[in-house]
This record gives sequence, C-alpha cells and structure tokens, in this order.
Amino acid sequence: MSSNEKYDAIVVGAGHNGLVHACYLAKAGLNTLLLERRGLVGGAAITEEVIPGFKFTTFSYAMSLVRPEIVHDLDLVRHGMMVLPMVKTFQPGLNGEYLLLGSDADANYHEIARHSSADAEAARDLDHIIARLVRALKPWVDRIPPNSLSEDPADIAEMGELRGWFEELDEDLRAMLEAFRTKSAAEILDEYFENDLVKSLYVSSGIIGSRCSVRDRESGLVWLFHKLGEYDGEPGRWGFHKGGNGGFTQVLARAFEGSGGKVRLNARVSELLYENGRAHGVKLEDGTLLESDLVVSALDPRQTFLGLVDPRDLPDDLVGRIQDFKFQGTAAKVNFALKDVPSFPGLEGREDIFMGFTNLGPSIDYYMDAWADCEAGRISRRPFLDCCIQSTLDPDMAPPGKHIMSCFVMYAPYHLAEGDWDSERDRLGDTVQETIEEFFPGFGELILHREIVTPLDIENLIGLSEGNIFAGELFEDQLFLNRPAPGWNQYRTPIEGYYQCGSGTHPGGCVTGGPGWLAARQVLNDRGERPSSQSEKV
Amino acid sequence: MPLTTPFHSRIQALNEAGLWKHWAGYLVPPQYQYSLTAEYYAIRNSVSLLDTSPLFKYRISGPGAETFLRRVLARDIAGCPPGRAQYTCWCDEEGFVLQDGVVLQVREGVYWLTAAEPTLRYFRVVARQIGAEVEIEEVSKSYGILALQGPRAHEVIRQLTDAATCLKYFGATDAEIVGKPVMITRTGYTGDLGYELWVESGDACSVWDALMEAGSAHNITPIGTTALKMARVEAGLLLMGTDFHSSRFAWVDAQRETPAELGWSWMFKGLSQDDRPFIGRSAIELEIDQRASRWTTVGLAVDWHDYERVYTEAGVVPPRHEIYSESTMSVYRRSGVDWDYVGYASSFTSSSLLRTPLAIAKLPLDVAGPGSEVDLEVNVIRRPQNVLAQVKQMPFFNPARKSADMGKERSG
Repeated sequence: MSSNEKYDAIVVGAGHNGLVHACYLAKAGLNTLLLERRGLVGGAAITEEVIPGFKFTTFSYAMSLVRPEIVHDLDLVRHGMMVLPMVKTFQPGLNGEYLLLGSDADANYHEIARHSSADAEAARDLDHIIARLVRALKPWVDRIPPNSLSEDPADIAEMGELRGWFEELDEDLRAMLEAFRTKSAAEILDEYFENDLVKSLYVSSGIIGSRCSVRDRESGLVWLFHKLGEYDGEPGRWGFHKGGNGGFTQVLARAFEGSGGKVRLNARVSELLYENGRAHGVKLEDGTLLESDLVVSALDPRQTFLGLVDPRDLPDDLVGRIQDFKFQGTAAKVNFALKDVPSFPGLEGREDIFMGFTNLGPSIDYYMDAWADCEAGRISRRPFLDCCIQSTLDPDMAPPGKHIMSCFVMYAPYHLAEGDWDSERDRLGDTVQETIEEFFPGFGELILHREIVTPLDIENLIGLSEGNIFAGELFEDQLFLNRPAPGWNQYRTPIEGYYQCGSGTHPGGCVTGGPGWLAARQVLNDRGERPSSQSEKV
Repeated sequence: MPLTTPFHSRIQALNEAGLWKHWAGYLVPPQYQYSLTAEYYAIRNSVSLLDTSPLFKYRISGPGAETFLRRVLARDIAGCPPGRAQYTCWCDEEGFVLQDGVVLQVREGVYWLTAAEPTLRYFRVVARQIGAEVEIEEVSKSYGILALQGPRAHEVIRQLTDAATCLKYFGATDAEIVGKPVMITRTGYTGDLGYELWVESGDACSVWDALMEAGSAHNITPIGTTALKMARVEAGLLLMGTDFHSSRFAWVDAQRETPAELGWSWMFKGLSQDDRPFIGRSAIELEIDQRASRWTTVGLAVDWHDYERVYTEAGVVPPRHEIYSESTMSVYRRSGVDWDYVGYASSFTSSSLLRTPLAIAKLPLDVAGPGSEVDLEVNVIRRPQNVLAQVKQMPFFNPARKSADMGKERSG
C-alpha cells in the first residue's frame, strides 16, 4: 500500500442510507470516511437550485418511512430535521370531478361520499385494517431480518419466531397480509370500492417506481410497502422535508460531521481492496488507495457485488441471484419552475389543493393504458403522474409567489423498444406537459423552466442501476428474507469486513434510513461494540 | 368546508355565542347562548329545539326487510311493529357493539334508522351474505331531524298536528306540519317528554319556523349539543365515541364492549324463548349465561358532602355550575388499599336540577350493584382526590311525563 490514509471505517456512497450508516459508525467512535462520487452528498435525496431561487427535488421528493429510531438516535432534530405534513391529497378527474382529501376524518368521509357513500365507509375499513397490519409488521421492518438459509440455531430460532408471529396474527390481519402478497392492488380495491376515482387514489401506490401494472400481483406488496411509514405516528401519512429531501440529507451530513466523520466528494470508488477473503480498503478511480478493515457499500446490489468486487471471488449462487436481481427502472422525473400554481376548473385560485400529493391517474383503465405502453417499451403516452408543489407549504423552495412542481412519471421504461433516452428526452418532457395540461388547462403558460430526468439519467448521475429508484424492485422475491439474496440479507457479504447498507438491503427503498441503521447495528454487533441506539448520549 | 344541515340558515341567525363545532362533518352550535344553563333548563322547564340532522339516516324496505333486520340488529325487531320506534344496537360476530341507533316502522314494511356513524356498506354486505331481498338506501341528506324536548313539547306540537297526541312512548307516526309531510316519534335523547321529527330537507325551515312560532308562548329555546349532553347523562343514555366506541375501528378487545357491558342486557330479555339468528347471538348468549362480562356500565351519584369537603378543605368552591366532561376519571375500590383501581367514569356532569354530580362509569360486576360504594377521582387544584360515589340505577332523572299518555292528560 502506497497510501498512509487509514480509517476505522469507509462508507461508499453518500446517499441517505450511506449517511445514516456513517452517522452511526462515527457516533460509535469509529474514525469514518464517507466517499461520494458526486460533488454533493445525498444520492437520490438532493435539492438543487437549477435556476436562481428555484429549488428542485431532482429525484426523491417526499418522506414517510424514515424510521423514528434514527431521528432520536442521531439527534436529527437538533441538526435541523423538519418534516412538513402534507395537508391535502388531490385526485383530479378528467371530466370536472375530483377528490380532495385533508386531515379531518369526517370531512374526508363526506368528500368520498360525494362519489359513493359505500366507498366513504369502505375507506375507513380499509385504512383501519392497513393501519393494523402496518403496526403488526413494524417490528419486522425495524430489525435485522432472519436468515432463511442458515443452520445456526439462533437463526433457526428466529425463523421460528417469524412463523409464530404469522400464526398469531388474527384472521383479518392474516387474510389482509395474504391479499397484499397474492393479489394486485386493483383486485384488492375492487373488493372495497365501486367508484373508479376512489380506487385510483389508492391504486397508484401499487406501482410507484415498479415495473408492474395495477393488475399485476406485485402491486399488492408495493402498495403495502408505501403504507409502512407514518407522520407523527399517523400510519401511512407523508410529508415534505424542509428544503426538499436534500434538506434531509444535509441534516444527516451535519450530524455525521458533528460526530467527527469526514466526507470526501468527487471520490468515486473503483474497487474494493481485499485479500484472502478480508477487506482492507478501497481504490478510488483516480488511483488513490484508502485503507480500512471495514468497508460498507451503500451502493445497490449490482454494484456492491458485481461492480466493486470480482464476482469470481464470490459464491456462484449469490452471483447468480444478484445477476437476476430485477432493477428494470420504469420511472422518470420532470420538474418545473412555475409562475403560479396550476388552475383546476372549478377550483381556480386554490393553492391549498397542492399541499400534498396530486395524483394524475383518474381511472384503473388510465393506469392500464399507461402500462400497455410500458410493456411495448414506450413512454406512456398518457402517464400516471405523482405531482408535488412543495413551495405551497415551504417558502424556501421558490421565490415569493412562484412555485416548483415535482412530477414523478410512470411509466418510462429504462429499456426502450425504439430509440434511446437521448432522443426520447424531450418527448418525455412534452408528454408530461401535455398530460398536465389535460387536467390543468393553461399549465403550459406557467412554465419558466423544465428539467427532465430520464431513467438513464438516474443511473448515470447517481448510480442506481437501470434507474430503479428503490435500488432494486420491491417484489416479494427481492424483499425481507430475499433482499438482496437469501442468506445475504443481514448486511454482511462473503468478504469479511465488507458490508452492504443501501436500499438494496432490508427494509428496502424510499427514504427510510432503515438499511443504513440496521446495517450499522450488524457491523457494530460483529465488532463487539455496543449498538449506538443503546449507548448514552455524547 | 364543513357541511351544513337543512336548518342552517335559522341556526346561524340564532347563534348568539358564535361558537361552532363539527358533528360528523356538519357545522353545529355547541350552544346558542352564553348561558348553557338556560339551554339546559329549557329541556327540564319548558321546551327545547335541537337539530340532530348530522345523524346518518337509512331507509330499509323490501320483502326481506324484516328478515334482514332480525339478522343484523341485536334487539328483536318484532318489538318494533308498525307505528313504533325502538332503541337498538348491532354487534359483530364476537358480540361486540358496532353501533346503537333508533329504528322506526311508521308504515308497514318500511323501516327508518338513525346511526351516529355510517353503516350503509356494512348493512349491504350482510344483506348480500344472507340473500335478503331488501333495499337499503342512505337518506342522510334527504331529511333533517329536529328534537322537540321538554315538559311543554306536547303543548307545542299539538298546535301543529293532532297526530302526536296519541303517540305512546316510542310511538311513531306520519303527520303533516304546515302542509309538509313529517314523521314524528315519541323519542329523544334527554329522558324528558319529547318528540323527534323527520322532515324532508326542502321543508326543513318551514317546519322549524312553525315549531318556533308555536313554541313562542312556551319559552321554546333552541339548544346546542352541550346542554343535550348534560341532560342525557341524567337520563342515563350512552354516547358513542364517549361512553363506548364502535368495535369496527377498535385495535384490541379492551376497546370493545358488549351490550351487557354497556348495561343493555334488558335488550335480551326473552332470548331463551326465541331463536333469532342475529349476528353476535352465540357470544352474547354465552356471556349473559356465564355472567362473563368484564364490566358493566352504571350510574354513579357522587356523595354531595364528600364532594363539598374535598374542595372546601382545599379552600375553594366546589365546581358545580355548567360542568360537563367527557374525560376519563378513575374509579377506585373502597378496600382500605389506597388507589385500588377498579374502573373509570366516561361521562361526568354536575346536575343542576338534581344538585348532584353524576357520572356514567364502567365497573366490574362485584362492585356494580345498586348501592355499592366506590371512590371517584376528581382534581382539586390540579391534585387527584377521591370522593365517595354510589352506584345508582339509571336513569338518574326519570319524570313521569316522559312516558305519560298525552291523550289523557295535559302536559306533565
């Protein structure tokens, strides 16, 4: 080794999970270096001032699933964490109808009852059973998952605990969990609702970021996953971090540096250094060698196992699993700087309707039509859009009176049947703009600037393979016991001293921090250190 | 924006205190006047007018209506023949209460039901499961409901229709008031003489005006929900969301209650003689047979002297004026052991008429018998203090006029 730079720990990738993980290690007293290939930390959770005064949440744009433990363990509020609750959810239709939900249960009942009384009542039943199920699942979200392949008695006992837990669920919960595992979001919703607009409001959670239709069984679990979060203990509710999701990763960076950690930007790791099955450092693209007996990859499974190390040094079954791990990104972003909020016929002048998710996808058929294009390898001609205008709540996001609008776009398949993403880029932007225009006439005249983020951009800029926003699909064979592979779901790798802590590990994607936190627990356990969540405050 | 009831224009004009609250998504006044007591005494002294339109309302008809109601309601619908109304409840299969409500059958084969929470979908699911030929319609917005309650209620209504006069307690009839069709029942939530009127929404204000005018010589007073709630504690009537919660949205059984636990075993007299296959029957039967209730719901009359004492010793005047509370108050066994927790009170009011603080409480059966003594925790200058309370048969206040035959005598 030519370098004398040596650290207790090196974390590769300063996405939010890398940051969370690095915070825990630094807090436990390890001299920790966090390496980021870009010129800013945050990974997919960044806020960028693309034009003066307008802050764009370039990629990730909302929060719900941040594990509450992390907030307390890392004292994040002191470092500036502030999540603003979404106060409305807006589901416009194309024929003048709409659903506008807020935070009052009775008012929401009557709003849904405008379309169907039975559905308004069903929404309460559905929300209640989901809330109960989420509560039952929470302990499994917030722990290192059991190892389903291990023959170690402790692991076998844990698998027994899991089976026991399932058997102890009451009948309704077990049936609901089975429904989420085996049925599509649309199928479940058909059992509860008669009105298409009401179904549409719920169903979009089943496809977010995933290559499946609302009628594919995978959409059940994707939907449930998006309900695992909370706001102030209110299950399934979402918020915006002050200053965008980049505001959150800035908070984490302050917490990390406050614990003595060091961040190195523009430092792309080209390979893990290891010998005789033991990690001893990393090599940067520029040739710099950095030493550490502990290296943790916050990158996705493809890069962690096939990129930074030579797959020939890993067990064949693991390599096979990772090669088959589904990324297949299907989502894009189009972000706008606007002169004013869009105007919905009948609700002109109402800024408040945008203080949360605006769900552009008014019928099950609409989602299925969008999917048909995806299957054919095309951008959906009428995409589902999840729009957020955070500036209606957070004045830091845009100059006074002006707004930024983040539009999450489904479907935009990474693998196009014809053309490539360079030639399709503007078509994506135009399609999104035309779609918004259908719901909000006059939208085009409000646009000051447009930013287009293709799945290829997501891969190229922040390294998420095939642009998958979750670092790998949230399908059953890639979750929990199987994330990223059976037997390798406990953050370790076959190389001693080399760990994984990205969204490709349990619990998975979204801004949860869970992978970073639980991986830290594993790393510190393995080192015989006391886990930081039980340690005294410094 | 919250919804408004069909009487809103009248209510708004009379809302002198300017207070509003939400009831099931509707804008209602908790009180109209600055004096709650004035509204409360209208119920007991003259006559009060209350808008209860936010209740959910259903019309149940068709050849299978009775079969359906026999199945879905826990109390026997046979006790609600044409011309009658019935206080009832419905339960889940485990025998836990989903809701309570009042059902009426004015004309044969058509039932009307009020409920505090929506139940359209649930009823339709049950109807489908049993294959009953029944039509269940939500008519919540088609009708307003007014409660005319108090000793002068009959004096007022008889000026507008003869139909109410012959109504016995829990009787129901069609009628016309100022040419508008109404349904009148001899029911209420005050435990006093009174009537409730269903009126089509478009006719609501005409009927309101007619009642106010007919009542003007009898001190008719529009009242808000707080005065009503004070009266309903005296009447021993439970409030969903306060004294119990629907099993439907409970997380654990500790939040659920059975009819027997709510003190409604009387609804099941004669159960052994019938074979009604109603939902929850086997669980309810087993519970009643085995006296397996975890608790029951009883009235507590606080010992006036003890109540005076704890405040007086602290140097303050006991709070007795316009006291109504829905916060949980702990109840302890008088066992010699300090703070020997035994149950709790869910509603509390200091009855101005009865000069006694009253509570509705949940107690295990061994201390729930009338005359049984317990301690109720009150706060005296922010410190917990126990006062003696005695279990009493509810209602605490039960005037003869409530159920008197108005065809024979003038107002009670």
